[in-house]
Amino acid sequence: MTGGALELVCPAGTPASLRAAVDAGADAIYLGFRDETNARNFPGLNFSRDELAEGIEYTGSKGVKVLVAINTYPRAGNPGPWTKAVDDAAALGAWAVILADIGLLDYARRNHPDLRRHLSVQASAANAEAIRFYCDEFGVKRVVLPRVLTVEEIARINDAVEVQTEVFAFGGMCVMAEGRCLLSSYATGESPNMNGVCSPAEHVQYEERDGQLVSRLGDFTINKFREGEPAGYPTLCKGRFRARNRDSYLFEEPASLDVSNILPELMDAGVTALKIEGRQRGKAYVAQVVSTFRRAVDAAARGERPGAGDLSSITEGGRQSTGAYEKGWR
Amino acid sequence: MSDAAKLTLGPLLFNWPADWTAEFYSRIAELAPVDTVCMGEVVCAKREPLLGATLAEAAGELADAGKEIVWSSYGLIADEKELAATRDLVESSDGLVEANDITALPLLQGRPHAIGPLVNVYNEGTLQWLVSRGATRICLPPELPREAIARLVESAGDAELEIQVFGRMPLALSARCYHARAHGLHKDGCQYVCDKDPDGMPVDTLDGEEFLAVNGIQTLSHSIVELSAEIDELLEMGITRFRLSPHRIDMAAIAHVWRGLLDGNRDLPRARRIIETVAAFAPPSNGYFHGRPGAELVI
Repeated sequence: MTGGALELVCPAGTPASLRAAVDAGADAIYLGFRDETNARNFPGLNFSRDELAEGIEYTGSKGVKVLVAINTYPRAGNPGPWTKAVDDAAALGAWAVILADIGLLDYARRNHPDLRRHLSVQASAANAEAIRFYCDEFGVKRVVLPRVLTVEEIARINDAVEVQTEVFAFGGMCVMAEGRCLLSSYATGESPNMNGVCSPAEHVQYEERDGQLVSRLGDFTINKFREGEPAGYPTLCKGRFRARNRDSYLFEEPASLDVSNILPELMDAGVTALKIEGRQRGKAYVAQVVSTFRRAVDAAARGERPGAGDLSSITEGGRQSTGAYEKGWR
Repeated sequence: MSDAAKLTLGPLLFNWPADWTAEFYSRIAELAPVDTVCMGEVVCAKREPLLGATLAEAAGELADAGKEIVWSSYGLIADEKELAATRDLVESSDGLVEANDITALPLLQGRPHAIGPLVNVYNEGTLQWLVSRGATRICLPPELPREAIARLVESAGDAELEIQVFGRMPLALSARCYHARAHGLHKDGCQYVCDKDPDGMPVDTLDGEEFLAVNGIQTLSHSIVELSAEIDELLEMGITRFRLSPHRIDMAAIAHVWRGLLDGNRDLPRARRIIETVAAFAPPSNGYFHGRPGAELVI
């Protein structure tokens, strides 16, 4: 299941980011349609059908693949937008669709048997048995692994199952099992699974209180910042809370995932592809991260251990973490 | 329709001492008018060895009292040990097993089984696929609004659909143990500190407002979902099973209130009053059902 360089799968929230990622060295681009069918359903983001057609034309001319993420859960009573997204991705010539919902996987398998199916991280398939299930039942060719596994566990999965694996390499980190977290909707009514958003901006408020900047999500305070302290976006699980009479980042410190220093280990573990998070990011960010990872991936393919690329200026809180890939994280 | 409605006691989510657990289930067997009891460790595999014998004994007692026993799988199956334990659970159980992770599905192939609220069943396509593969009972995820529940019931065929109507709501699972983290420990050396909080560790905002509850690798709501006022709507839709999630309170009293509701008692203010008195440690909420934030109480 190994061989050659890691495939670099890069985010595009806009046609401009798509071009930036391709020009910076992406092997594949993942993107979504401009609606609730994808997990980055943010205003001003994502692709119309025409934009996807143009994007596929551009990527095709450069030998780059396009993956369409349709990775929220279709709504009961209104599956139309989701099935149409699968139909259109197939019709427009996408290389693959990235799906999470069992019903939608079943739809794609029955109606578009030749359309390559990847399992979204939102399906949270975290072990060989679950992955084999999706492969056997729905013909899944690649699994995007949850960010809860150690490198050793990833290696064991690749030994056990004939499937390509894709792992998150850089960007925001979910600390919860993806696709199984309702924290956002508990506070705001909108969730990744149902609405394609987490801690959505229209429910965010900032207040000045007693010389502090208070960030709120829905009716709940998520963090407070002293003057001069850098204020992060109030993603619920990255907030500061009080437990056992202590205020802390209870779930996770604000930090970005960065696996650039463990690429050889990921290759040895049989990983096929690296995924860069950030469809909500601008084209300059995308270009910088993709070109840095292009160099790192090529170095690792030559048998070198890539030096730390200088991405600290664009990581959350200026901090990087290898997250759950190292066991101490738990 | 209410003749057919059944009460399920969900799995005990918390790390209680064995003697509490034994006493809890004895009391359920003796006093609680529930039809079904889901048993087994759902949250953390590390707790299981401490509890296996106690649960087996309790299951016998509950079965003697006429309760149906369902064994619930782990909610997050990640490593080989958890997988092996799930395989053992499936192989050693005669009755229904409730899958709380997709991983349990291939193990349950070819035999009737239940689907727990930690499996993502959001639409008709998924529901029907699961039913075609042997799911006979499905407890829906907590965040579904009434419109979705109604559509799912319509497409469920012969499968029974269940809704959690009481108890803290399961909101998230993680590879990381937040109980251990809050005590400055790691999951691997956790010292079982989750036993310090019998209903979950309170998580407040920096303003001191109650918000969430941590239970090992699981995050629960602080509020208690309380759908007594929605009972007629749920019954009219065709929901036939009502789940009560255990807490360290008089669960038999909660079960009596719900049995009364299902038997036609419609003194809803009294039902809410008793539930709020018995479960005084957290406020009620019903927001998800009404398409609102889950934390809200819509009156």
